[in-house]
Amino acid sequence: MDLLVQQLLNGLVKGSIYALIALGYTMVYGIVELINFAHGDIFMLGGFIALAVLGFFGVAISQALNPAGLVQGGILPTILVLLATILLAMLITGLIGVIVERVAYRPLRNAPKLTALISAIGMSFILQNVGQIWHGPAPVPYPEVFANNSFTLFGRVTIGLKDIFVVLICITLMATLQFFIQRTKLGKAMRATAQDYDTSKLMGINVNLTITITFFIGAMLAGAAGLIYGMQVHSMQFVQGYQAGLKAFTAAVLGGIGNIPGAMLGGFLIGLIEAVSDQYISTAWTPVVVFGVLILILTLRPSGLLGQQVPEKA
Amino acid sequence: MQATKTPATPPQGRTMRRVLEGSFTRGQIIGGLIALAVLIALPFIYNKDNLTAWNMKAIFVEPPVLIGTMADAAQYVILAIGLNIVVGFAGLLDLGYAAFFAFGAYTYAFLASGHLAQLTGGKIQIHLSFWLVLFIAAAVSAFFGALLGSPTLRLRGDYLAIVTLGFGEIVPAVFLNLGNIKIGDTSINLTGGVDGISGVDKPGIATFGLGSGICRNLKMNPNPLTGGCRLNNLNPEPYYFLYIGIVVLLVIAVSNMRSSRLGRAWMAIREDEIAAAAMGIDTVKTKLLAFASGAALAGVAGVMFGAKLSLVGPNSFDFNTSVFILCMVILGGIGNIYGVIVGALILYLTQTIFLINLPNALNKLGTDNKIEFLAKTDWSGLKFMIYGIILVVLMIVRPEGLIPSARRKAELRGETGEPRALVAGAAGRGSDEAERANPVATAERESLYDMQTEEQPTERNDR
Repeated sequence: MDLLVQQLLNGLVKGSIYALIALGYTMVYGIVELINFAHGDIFMLGGFIALAVLGFFGVAISQALNPAGLVQGGILPTILVLLATILLAMLITGLIGVIVERVAYRPLRNAPKLTALISAIGMSFILQNVGQIWHGPAPVPYPEVFANNSFTLFGRVTIGLKDIFVVLICITLMATLQFFIQRTKLGKAMRATAQDYDTSKLMGINVNLTITITFFIGAMLAGAAGLIYGMQVHSMQFVQGYQAGLKAFTAAVLGGIGNIPGAMLGGFLIGLIEAVSDQYISTAWTPVVVFGVLILILTLRPSGLLGQQVPEKA
Repeated sequence: MQATKTPATPPQGRTMRRVLEGSFTRGQIIGGLIALAVLIALPFIYNKDNLTAWNMKAIFVEPPVLIGTMADAAQYVILAIGLNIVVGFAGLLDLGYAAFFAFGAYTYAFLASGHLAQLTGGKIQIHLSFWLVLFIAAAVSAFFGALLGSPTLRLRGDYLAIVTLGFGEIVPAVFLNLGNIKIGDTSINLTGGVDGISGVDKPGIATFGLGSGICRNLKMNPNPLTGGCRLNNLNPEPYYFLYIGIVVLLVIAVSNMRSSRLGRAWMAIREDEIAAAAMGIDTVKTKLLAFASGAALAGVAGVMFGAKLSLVGPNSFDFNTSVFILCMVILGGIGNIYGVIVGALILYLTQTIFLINLPNALNKLGTDNKIEFLAKTDWSGLKFMIYGIILVVLMIVRPEGLIPSARRKAELRGETGEPRALVAGAAGRGSDEAERANPVATAERESLYDMQTEEQPTERNDR
């Protein structure tokens, strides 16, 4: 029982990373109907950028093995540094997302959907290569940001301070996103554009700006996920974007692509399924289990868990 | 690049005429024959003896390497043609096509290698002929194509894509994991795991009573078991000719399929599934047949892969392979067989020859001309970036693909520069004009189905 709870907790942490990445896929898909293959690689670059920002704040990779935690003076400064890092990294990653959209997708706005898909794949290769040139082919160690602070719950289940921080950050970001989309004027513009591109234009919405902002926000969330992933797994490698991106995309579809709460739900679900399968079946079969569940769910609910049966756009 | 391949024989005899007439224009037949002639002549012109005789150095790549690479490219040409049936004709986005490639390759590896003997301690020895397994593997892959296609029937658009992607991930993972099945304390290695199945048989060729002495002259090994010849990897030329032959046959077959009732039904479904169903097309059967036909071609390519490489492992069939084939189809010109052949050749040769040799060539260029920047940079690290840039730029410059199908060209010409809103209303008008300006396009058989329904979302809203 303890083992199950422990694995569920691990899955929750892992799932929150998938959920953050999945949000970018789902937002972009909702608005321009494009599977943004480069998104996973933006996540990877986000991890590297966060690493650079951490270095800028004086947290170096070489200190990775320092057991006392990296920032002098306890937990509060650590959290402040992390928050600053996350904000800065998100900003830079967001800008990369905007550039990618501008260079590779906007010229193809009126082209067939599959054309933009190939352009996205090309962009993914480019970003992967950037990551490879920047940090080399080997996995890059990530500093242990929090010292080994952990709590023991119910006797034997341990949860790290880091895990709590990760889940809190994810939930905050998702809540902010939900608020932004539901309550602000820009969010309303995004929903309108996603629903009907042309009518929104007639209503005076700056569609190009809205799409740019969508890419910006999606990439920002991926950047945050990059830092969190690095903290959690203690390494980042240029191919990680592809791996995590595939899972996150699966999560987005599982929840119902284009649906924001769906992406969160899908992310958490994939994380949980993975953790349970790793424990009780075998890590080798985990991809089979994850995609098997995906296919089963889509066969029963063809539009994902929370997706509505929406018509395909022209 | 000359690459279109069409019939080996001009339309002379009655049967031949019937096979070719319906599906090929005169231009296609002539162009195909010229391309075929060029391809057949290639090993005779570009070979070591000639290079020495003309006192020339190899251009970019040594002759045997080029011929071997072309034989590998033939597998990808077939894969691209097969995926084009699913994505181009029937309009079903398949992101896990490499799975069927894997079924074909593993079928051949099981039926034509020492693996089963090893597995059963020599009790079962199966060494089926390459030619027989071509058909068996096509059937096996087609069966799995229909099987894996069946859950997708209710799905639309990208949900379908993700389910195929799921299968594309599951199939190689299963082949990998079946290499280590633990039952109690014994572990069974069914598929060779990550190392795969090695020592797969080479294709054999009958000598038609000429005796195995002729094998050496044809650069093959004699096969004492059958009295025929066996291909070997030292001389890729027999592979090259053999595979070109298979490609030619499949191009004729798929072209005929495309203009058959079934092919027209695929295109009708691609344009508007509901309208197609209303016209009496059995959409379930038609879609499954698209998956099965596409998969059958992948099965054939899988056998060719196993026979050429002699090694079948799970890593050759991952998501990257699926994406690579999809790129070939879209980049070449989705829906157009000749387009996807060109796309497959260009992308395969880019990846295997151009990008591999580019770093050294650039460095050499820099040293020769004293351009420090060219000479000093380590270009090999930039391979994928160059590849990515090629993809992005090509798509932006030619969104319709290199050799688009007439339909798609017409659609895009009607659309260029206009926002989607206006296009949705005016699509019919726009492309009608385009087609009037382009009589060749109108003559294409495809435009029989030119209903321009792709841009009319209103009917679908009710679903």
